[in-house]
Amino acid sequence: MSTPTRTPTGAPAHLTGPGSGGVGDSAQRPDGVLKVRGEFAYGSDLWMEDMLWGVTLRSPHPYARVVAIDTSAAAQLPGVHAVLTSEDVPGEKVYGLELADQPVLAVDVVRYQGEPVALVAADHPDTARRAAALIRVDYEVWEPVTDARTALGHPTTDALHESDAEVTELSRESAHLHPEGNLVRHLKVRTGDPQPTAEVVVVGEYEVGMQDQAFLGPESGLAVPADDGGVELYVATQWLHVDQRQICSALALPPEQVRLTLAGVGGAFGGREDLSMHVHACLLALRTGRPVKMSYNREESFFGHVHRHPATMRYEHGATRDGQLVYVKAAIWFDGGAYASSTPAVVGNGGTMGIGPYVVPNVHVDCYGAYTNNPPCGAMRGFGSVQTAFAYESQMDALAAELGMDPVELRCRNAMEQGSATPTGQVIDSPAPVAELLRRLEAMPLPAEADGEVDLRHMPGGVSNTTHGEGVRRGVGYAVAYKNVAFSEGYDDHSTARVRLEVVGGEPTATVHTAAAEVGQGLVTVEQQIARTELGVEQVTVHPKDTTVGSAGSTSASRQTYVTGGAVKAACEAVRGQLLARAERLVGRPVPDLRLAGGQVVSDAEEIAVPLADLLGGEAVEETVQWRHRPTEAIDPETGQGFAHVQYAFSAHRAVVDVDTELGLVKVVEMACTQDVGKAVNPQAVVGQIHGGTAQGLGLAVMEEILIRDGKVVNPSFTDYLIPTILDMPPMRVEVLEYADPHAPYGLRGVGEAPNISSGPAVLAAIRAATGLPLARVPVRPEHLTGTS
Amino acid sequence: MRLTCTVNGTEQEVDDVWEGESLLYVLRERMGLPGSKNACEQGECGSCTVYLDGLPVCACLVAAGQAEGRQVGTVEGLADADALHPVQQAFVDAGAVQCGFCTPGLLVATHDLITRTGRPSDAETREALAGNLCRCTGYEKILDAVRLAADRMGGDR
Ligand code: FES
Ligand code: FES
Repeated sequence: MSTPTRTPTGAPAHLTGPGSGGVGDSAQRPDGVLKVRGEFAYGSDLWMEDMLWGVTLRSPHPYARVVAIDTSAAAQLPGVHAVLTSEDVPGEKVYGLELADQPVLAVDVVRYQGEPVALVAADHPDTARRAAALIRVDYEVWEPVTDARTALGHPTTDALHESDAEVTELSRESAHLHPEGNLVRHLKVRTGDPQPTAEVVVVGEYEVGMQDQAFLGPESGLAVPADDGGVELYVATQWLHVDQRQICSALALPPEQVRLTLAGVGGAFGGREDLSMHVHACLLALRTGRPVKMSYNREESFFGHVHRHPATMRYEHGATRDGQLVYVKAAIWFDGGAYASSTPAVVGNGGTMGIGPYVVPNVHVDCYGAYTNNPPCGAMRGFGSVQTAFAYESQMDALAAELGMDPVELRCRNAMEQGSATPTGQVIDSPAPVAELLRRLEAMPLPAEADGEVDLRHMPGGVSNTTHGEGVRRGVGYAVAYKNVAFSEGYDDHSTARVRLEVVGGEPTATVHTAAAEVGQGLVTVEQQIARTELGVEQVTVHPKDTTVGSAGSTSASRQTYVTGGAVKAACEAVRGQLLARAERLVGRPVPDLRLAGGQVVSDAEEIAVPLADLLGGEAVEETVQWRHRPTEAIDPETGQGFAHVQYAFSAHRAVVDVDTELGLVKVVEMACTQDVGKAVNPQAVVGQIHGGTAQGLGLAVMEEILIRDGKVVNPSFTDYLIPTILDMPPMRVEVLEYADPHAPYGLRGVGEAPNISSGPAVLAAIRAATGLPLARVPVRPEHLTGTS
Repeated sequence: MRLTCTVNGTEQEVDDVWEGESLLYVLRERMGLPGSKNACEQGECGSCTVYLDGLPVCACLVAAGQAEGRQVGTVEGLADADALHPVQQAFVDAGAVQCGFCTPGLLVATHDLITRTGRPSDAETREALAGNLCRCTGYEKILDAVRLAADRMGGDR
């Protein structure tokens, strides 16, 4: 059931073909064999003779003044080589992805539980941990601010239609967590009539809990001091160059002296966009003159990276009696936690795409990101679009119920298509098959109802033997979503690729060198595939990812296949240009149909076939290209209007659930997904992304939440923070559509995030359908279903 | 303390093991066998699954001293030299490996499952692998890999 079916594509036929190892083939990943042999070196596997272990002492309080730190006892413990505090940070004391507001080590105030305060390096991890426990920190504990609306001085209860969610002044009474106040960003979208009316109106308030990326490979890396006074850092991360910039600033070293190489990454999902142990390990290595390894355990990992923003959202939808959307008003609050991280961009996504892939003439959206004393929130797969999708899709279902209309029909009636305008005034200039995605889901057969014989394993509650079918009701729900691909709002989003072609062992061999982080998604495979297709060679080596080549931008925003793929393609084209020119010089005249194929320069018309090995001899041809997608623009600060996003990805889900209505237990029976990927560069990997994204969306819908009480995390472990197991995941049907985006390389669309967005709302809709309950909060917990909350 | 045990058929002896160290730590940091993974170190994820006297266990929950004199099997020992075991090959072929951090544990657990049952049903597979978390794949291609491996290993049922 996991095989994709595909519609015709715009990509030229000669580029595709099974078994070619090129674009369109399910080529095998180059690191697969190493990974199954246990030989792939993840950040936490790195080891050097003589290395020390670094650990972090973290604040137990969400908000406190650091009165004094006494490290003497820790420093005296045998085996300890260094104990560092903020005084030992030679450069800038604060860092950040978009705003530098986060201390490398606490300076005078800690703003969240888990904020790093001091570091220890020792010859054994347990010695380091014991030493950290000996560091005495005196805190003056303050009352934390733990609610985004409170932090902003916004009223926390009022009906949207009464107040229009007017912005109130920032409360001067509430604590200012940062000098500029507690507002990180307020995004406004205004289009059409500011005072619209409609025949049918539905209003709802929704809440999404804090989700964790829960990548399995811990934050980890190894810093090695270098002879030139600099440092080499091997680290599991998402964007080497943005790390390098921040590390240089904290260490007061130039980029030449801070050299990064990507270590094996055990998943990322946004959680490695911000720094974790990077600067810390470098500080310890530079201080001790020894290699220093840091690797978080699971509990520390929950404190060591940003999470998905929890959100509170009020929506009002107005429509005509026959189901045409007239207006949407929304107020969205993202709790950014203690530091900005990528909150500004998350607010950008939440606001600009906050009403979903629908055509609505009158839109009024206010989207806020706030500082609080909760854990910092930033990037996670779906980035600001996951939260709003729960709200706007719930609203579409509520509206359908109010109108007595089929929910899929209502969505299709209002669906965006190519040529539609978004609420930010952007005309969609490539296919947007929103209605088709839904119709295709609808046409898929539904899974069989349970009959006769009871297999506990298929029941809600499973082998806990909680029901044999009594009180179990089935529900079906649909959702559709869209999301921007790549960086938006005028950001100069680019990637760099260096491609080299030479003869190795008699075979023409290409080497692709980019700094683009492979985090598990399979970009290394894609890089090889593109080089094979463009250069007509079989052997392609992927150079280790490091900072000796220019930035590739972040492995996030579903952007690497598009942007680094585009850069690799462009660099290959430059190499090819050189080779063809060389061949023409050899022939002594222009040959119009000259191309590269099968390791040769060929012309069918002139029956030329020159092996690349002969053409190159002992020489290498190398080109480095910086590549950009077409520019986007900043949006108008008052109206949100502008060409904000370069591309959109669309996906839809149908969920089928069985709910034990007496115990509030949910069993997801089947997930079906349709997604337009423009061009499936590697169909197997595309489907893998859809599966994985679907699972993370399902997790947020029914189980995943970092629980916070008074600013403190209650469940920092896999015992208490649950992610879907193989028992929780149902069989999945996937249909992949390929409507080429004419602006993108090969017509492709970014794949990774969209399925993470539409999956959860479909599950929520299915549970609502099964239970008849309104359900306005995810994750749905048993008590929400039994009325005992 | 000194620890002596057999790992993947080879006798291993390591000195200066601290009593608080787990078998996982000793394998990874003292024996140069980092194939078994450390995703949680609290018995919840299965990424550290190894054989201990033929039974799959979470190496992070086994105190190093408990392995004294016993047989340990890790992902590094599933296949000889450059070859891949059919279970490993099936994971590669089915696309069941993304980041791969869950993979070593899943390979040992799958190896055990197929060895015990020949050709497990999907429901049996789900039950047997329920202790192995994977954050990347949604498990569909892991199920594909288990079926493929069972087919190739010629198990019957
Ligand atoms: S590391 Fe042992 S179960 Fe997770
Ligand atoms: S492949 Fe990444 S956790 Fe399974």
